[in-house]
Amino acid sequence: MKLLDCPGIGKRPISEFDYVGAVRIPPSDADEATWADYVFNRDNAPGVMRERWYHRPTGRWFILERNTLTDEVVGLVDPADVRYKEPNYEVPA
Amino acid sequence: MPWRLLKFGLQSEHNEPRFFPESKPLKSHYDVVIIGGGGHGMACAYYLAKEHGITNVAVLEQGYIGGGNTGRNTTIVRSNYLTPEGVKFYDTSVKLFEDLADDFDLNIFYSTRGHFTLAHTDSALRTMRWRAEVNKHQGIDSEVVGREEIAKEVPYMDLDCNGHAPVMGALYHAPGSVARHDAVAWGYARGAYNRGVEIHQKTRVTAIRTQGDKVVGVDTDRGQISCNKVISMVAGSTPRITEMLGIRTPIEIFPLQACVSEPVKPFMDTIVVSGSLHVYVSQSSRGELVMGASVDPSVLHSTRSSFDFVEGLADQMLDLFPFMSRMKIMRQWAGMSDITPDFAPIMGKTPIDGFYLDAGWGTWGFKATPVSGKTMAWTVANDKTHELIEPFRLSRFADFDLVGEKGAASVGH
Repeated sequence: MKLLDCPGIGKRPISEFDYVGAVRIPPSDADEATWADYVFNRDNAPGVMRERWYHRPTGRWFILERNTLTDEVVGLVDPADVRYKEPNYEVPA
Repeated sequence: MPWRLLKFGLQSEHNEPRFFPESKPLKSHYDVVIIGGGGHGMACAYYLAKEHGITNVAVLEQGYIGGGNTGRNTTIVRSNYLTPEGVKFYDTSVKLFEDLADDFDLNIFYSTRGHFTLAHTDSALRTMRWRAEVNKHQGIDSEVVGREEIAKEVPYMDLDCNGHAPVMGALYHAPGSVARHDAVAWGYARGAYNRGVEIHQKTRVTAIRTQGDKVVGVDTDRGQISCNKVISMVAGSTPRITEMLGIRTPIEIFPLQACVSEPVKPFMDTIVVSGSLHVYVSQSSRGELVMGASVDPSVLHSTRSSFDFVEGLADQMLDLFPFMSRMKIMRQWAGMSDITPDFAPIMGKTPIDGFYLDAGWGTWGFKATPVSGKTMAWTVANDKTHELIEPFRLSRFADFDLVGEKGAASVGH
């Protein structure tokens, strides 16, 4: 069994977690090219990434900083740090 | 060949010629530099030399030939994909594979087995019918078969999966095959080398030099090279290459793990895949069961394999083949899959003039080795995207023109 060392709750079997993916901030009032870049492209080189993980047994969400080269969790991120202003999704007339 | 083998056996010393000699120092200029000495890189070098007369080519490989995903896949070759674009592309590959042993004068152990993709649910069966119709329309031998046919062709399999996920039918693809993956890379490498291509193993590219929007050379840990054209054919290491040029792609790297069991007597001459159980299995010519699962759940740039994987795979595999509970796993490993959002590759030209990309091979790279090499060589020689790979261009993401290929290995439907 593989364990995930979560700074929030300690070592747990990785099968208890859902991997949600990198924390990303959508652009606001952007043109099509910027939107296409946001929707499809990823910061994909190895390094420390901020990712959302969901712990099913406790129903808790965590934002973890994880090194995608070594698979080590290096930190826990306060959700307030990744808060962003709701973008303007209105379609221009 | 048997005569040569007999003579070889009677010799006291066995000096079989090397496929490719020790590498020489790097030259200062090449017309084309290929990054990545796996099947795709070698195939591209081979077709550049053979079909386009471009021989001032260097293949740079950071490890050894075929040591990346070429040597880590489960060697399945098939063309029963879902989209017409995918079907045409992979069918060309299957046809090239069938002649490779003759082209190379090397046994690549190409063995046509017949390929069953099991459906355990109504919705999976519906996708199988859809795939069968797309395949037939493109002239591919593919059909939906019922439980009786599966039971006849794959004895020893528990079609009820111990009651909890009964098999309802399958997509049967007669041309589905397996091949010896190392031999494919070596055959292409020898063919390319004999035509003048230089192969440099243990040579890592550290930077790609550009002037304006044009490639002018590469830096390696063995010195600088000037060149007009660079092709990146590095699969799981693609983000490290595109980062050098600031090219953004939708690729994400997930490890894909596989394993083989101890060898047993031949009992299964078909390839069995279950999308719902996320497993695929075939029996190698040595008798080992070659087994794989779906990709790991989180991004990781590493080829470390985990016990978690074997545990999960065994759990699913025993549903299909209960008698395997007494078999031992002999080896396990992982490869880095470069997954794209539409499960289709990214091939052809890029915003940088002279830089070509052959990436996004996820879990479908080995079967595309010949066709990828051939179409990329054509693209580079003519500086124009080959029509077969036009749907796989990088710019499709900016144009919202995705391929939607869900026939890829172990993708749930």
